[in-house]
Amino acid sequence: MSDMNVAMVERYRNNFLKEVEHNVEEGDWVKMCMQCGVCSGSCPLGPYWDHPPQELFMMIRAGKREEVLTSTSMWMCTSCYNCIVRCPRELPITHIMHGLAHYAKRLGLAPKEQPTFKFSQHFWNNLVKKGRVNELKLGLSLYFMNGLVEGIKTSLNMAGIGLGMLKTKRMSPMEMIGGHSVKDTKGFHAMLKKAEEIEAARVEKYGKGS
Amino acid sequence: MADEMKMGTYICTGCGIGDRLDASQMEMIATREGKATYAKTHDFLCSQAGVDMIQADIDAGEVSNAVIAACSRRAKNEAFNFQDIAVSRANLREGVIWVRPDTDEARETTQEMADDYIRMACFEAKHMHAPKPSDEQSLNKHLLVVGGGITGMTAALEAAKAGYPATIVEKTGQLGGMAGRLAKKIPTRSPYANPAETEVADLIAEIEANSNVTVCLNSTVAKTEGAPGRFDVEIATESGSTSTIQVGAVIQASGFKPYDANQLPEFAYGKTPDVVTQAELEDLVKAANGDAVKRPSDGKEISEVVFVQCAGQRSDKEGHLSYCSGFCCNASIKQAMYFKDANAGIDTTVIFTDLRTPGSGGEDFYRSGQQKGVVFTKGVVSEVEPGSDGHTVKFKDLILDEDTAIQADLVVLATGMLPNSGVDPYAAEKAAAAEEEEGEEADKGDVVATVDVESILNLDYRQGSDVPQLVHGFTDSHFICFPYETRRTGIYTAGPVRRPMDIAQAREDATGAAMKAIHAVENAGKGRAAHPRSGDLSYPTFRKEGCTQCKRCTVECPFGAINEDEERYPTFNESRCRRCGTCMGACPVRVISFENYSVDTVGAQIKNVDMPDEFDEKPRILVLACENDAYPALDMAGQNHIEYSAFVRVIPVRCLGSVNTIWVTDALNSGYDGVILMGCQKGDDYQCHFVKGSELAHTRMSKIDDTLQQLNLETERVMTYEVAITDVQRAPKLINEMAETIEKIGMSPFKF
Ligand code: SF4
Ligand code: SF4
Ligand code: SF4
Ligand code: SF4
Repeated sequence: MSDMNVAMVERYRNNFLKEVEHNVEEGDWVKMCMQCGVCSGSCPLGPYWDHPPQELFMMIRAGKREEVLTSTSMWMCTSCYNCIVRCPRELPITHIMHGLAHYAKRLGLAPKEQPTFKFSQHFWNNLVKKGRVNELKLGLSLYFMNGLVEGIKTSLNMAGIGLGMLKTKRMSPMEMIGGHSVKDTKGFHAMLKKAEEIEAARVEKYGKGS
Repeated sequence: MADEMKMGTYICTGCGIGDRLDASQMEMIATREGKATYAKTHDFLCSQAGVDMIQADIDAGEVSNAVIAACSRRAKNEAFNFQDIAVSRANLREGVIWVRPDTDEARETTQEMADDYIRMACFEAKHMHAPKPSDEQSLNKHLLVVGGGITGMTAALEAAKAGYPATIVEKTGQLGGMAGRLAKKIPTRSPYANPAETEVADLIAEIEANSNVTVCLNSTVAKTEGAPGRFDVEIATESGSTSTIQVGAVIQASGFKPYDANQLPEFAYGKTPDVVTQAELEDLVKAANGDAVKRPSDGKEISEVVFVQCAGQRSDKEGHLSYCSGFCCNASIKQAMYFKDANAGIDTTVIFTDLRTPGSGGEDFYRSGQQKGVVFTKGVVSEVEPGSDGHTVKFKDLILDEDTAIQADLVVLATGMLPNSGVDPYAAEKAAAAEEEEGEEADKGDVVATVDVESILNLDYRQGSDVPQLVHGFTDSHFICFPYETRRTGIYTAGPVRRPMDIAQAREDATGAAMKAIHAVENAGKGRAAHPRSGDLSYPTFRKEGCTQCKRCTVECPFGAINEDEERYPTFNESRCRRCGTCMGACPVRVISFENYSVDTVGAQIKNVDMPDEFDEKPRILVLACENDAYPALDMAGQNHIEYSAFVRVIPVRCLGSVNTIWVTDALNSGYDGVILMGCQKGDDYQCHFVKGSELAHTRMSKIDDTLQQLNLETERVMTYEVAITDVQRAPKLINEMAETIEKIGMSPFKF
């Protein structure tokens, strides 16, 4: 269990709803759900989720902390915004899904093998280096995400497309060495650091008494 | 008005009638066959010139009975509204030219249709008299309001403000009723966010200040007799003294009693004082007088409150109510706010299956509850397990599909409303009918609603002491079309005695009922019918010499209008009567009639069509159509130019209940090949404007098969249907189906 997780369990005890309200982006909307199920019915991926949004909200109210935070469900959200458009109570459901995923990840509870989770980590690692996504490297790291053998297979499968892109100058092999970056890499890293500080402060804000 | 009958026939050739039909032939039929004194044609009869022409004849004493052969009787009745003469209408437009194709082949049968309608209208007119009010009428503006709760107080004040003095009879020692027991009410004004003060104190003050409202506390109604405009009401006080007042109409606002939660042992009611009903929580909040409510068992601080919705409601378990009481979801939200507003740290959970928050502010109020942190959990509570320090509420979570439990210091049961409706006059009849439907036991949930009931009105009517009930003990009225009407004219029920409702709805209801009561006294004062034939001056009379004292009329009258005199003859109370004609349809010796509607006005129409002989291949179908729904549906079919068979002859009737079986027998005997009866929907969700008319007609007609067999006729020749006003496509279809049936089974052998 991560230190933060231990701290949060300690801090909110049984009141998971409150924990979500304080720590999850748009989390204070969860109490406003009226359990109509329109979101679950509207979600194009709904049938594949363990717990569609309506159910996640009910689980939060029922204090099912562990089950919610370790769930793969909110990682399934594709940000299609269907649910937001249809929710009669106007909950920002998509944002709450991402908020929940993000919070679970910070607590170290997110499901490590979930593909979206993995991709997001690769994307992040790739992006923070230079402030720009290095497509060649991101692509290759994705191919090899699930091990060497599958990586080689996928690479061979994609070889034709890759060559085509090289030919039409849609991709440069030079990206492999270094690659391009934003103008002010230092400034970019400073911004990231500041953002991390702000977030830490937000977590602390409710730390005193809740 | 001349004593001798002079019949004038006025044929309109406007609206295309003249192009499609031969007017001079119709004039000839009117005078030769219909025995009209004269016949006139006008090319725009409903215009001022046309109307003036008729009026001039009336003024000159030329006409006492008029036939207007033009559009449907439902059209242009402002133009053709002539006083002091009897008027019959032949429907040549909606009933003939608009439902027939404009082709050469169709011309002959279309003309025959029109000719018959002229004959029919002439013979109807011949048997009609212009109705005159009887001398029974009297104007009494005084209203009686039974019940001094929020509904009764509102009704009395509304009436008083309109200039109609009211007397409130209240059983207890104070005004306010159930609402007086509440700490706060569900908000009735935007932003619908917080519990609001009830208006009880304001209303009481208003009543005290209003000299037009008299209040009798600790009193009940010992006897009500008479009719609208002349009710005599005996008011008895607790001490035993009585007084009598005369009122024009009655508003029954007797409210509800709360469901007895002792029938819910599974929720530990009675086992611990920490399980209370919503009403009891109001008492606790009031008693706390602004302080925090403490746990009743030990006075400990309350930190968790659980609300159990639909406790003993919406359930088919024995002793439970099968219906939703409608107010309790909002009430639980309000009560959860009592706690949340005082101390946001108190956990409040509402366990519901469907959260129903009717009323304009309901959704906002629900949202406000959520905002305040009231937790709403969709689930069904199975059991409350009492503990020494807090109790366990076991429930099935319907979203997460699991059995789970929650702790509570205080459990509040959302129990329902039982109407204080008095004694159902037809309870025995209903029980018998329910028994007949074997296998299906009578709604068990209703049993609780009928235990130890006392009469509220003590009506001195032959048909029972109170207004009839529909289901679950609530008084009978049509929810949508005529909510305040009861089946006793001049008596209007309002508030939760009519259907479950909250304060806001009850006040609206009270206002509506006050308005209806005012209508009733005004109509009674002029000797006119109340809803739905409002303004009608005709009323039923009977020929005493012919009466066999069979009592069918007194029993079948849906409105309890008929009493019995000492010699056991029926006595018709004109202002209690709605003019449906059900008594006329019921009378086996056919002695009941109205001035302008009788066994003869319809019977003569049936007999005086031109009946082609068997080999003409021109069958005749008689349709008796309810003038409230089926006839307008056929008119609308005409407006939409939906064609139907030219062999049909349609006669509108006041209500299917007024159909005397003699008409059907006469029709078959005079050679009709088929008969169709079209009435409104019957049963618990009836649409019949006279509540029971259609149902009674269906029962009567179910016995017609014997007659048909005696006559050696196929049973398919007589059909009875429920037809709604929206059946614009279906009604013509039913006619065409009958035409096809006749083609199949052949013509009637009874043509002469
Ligand atoms: S659509 Fe909105 S209100 Fe309905 S269940 Fe989903 S989140 Fe709740
Ligand atoms: S109002 Fe709510 S609690 Fe009351 S019966 Fe209806 S659904 Fe149940
Ligand atoms: S016309 Fe109708 S309401 Fe009047 S006495 Fe007859 S059955 Fe009753
Ligand atoms: S139904 Fe006819 S015969 Fe029977 S009591 Fe009434 S009036 Fe008399």
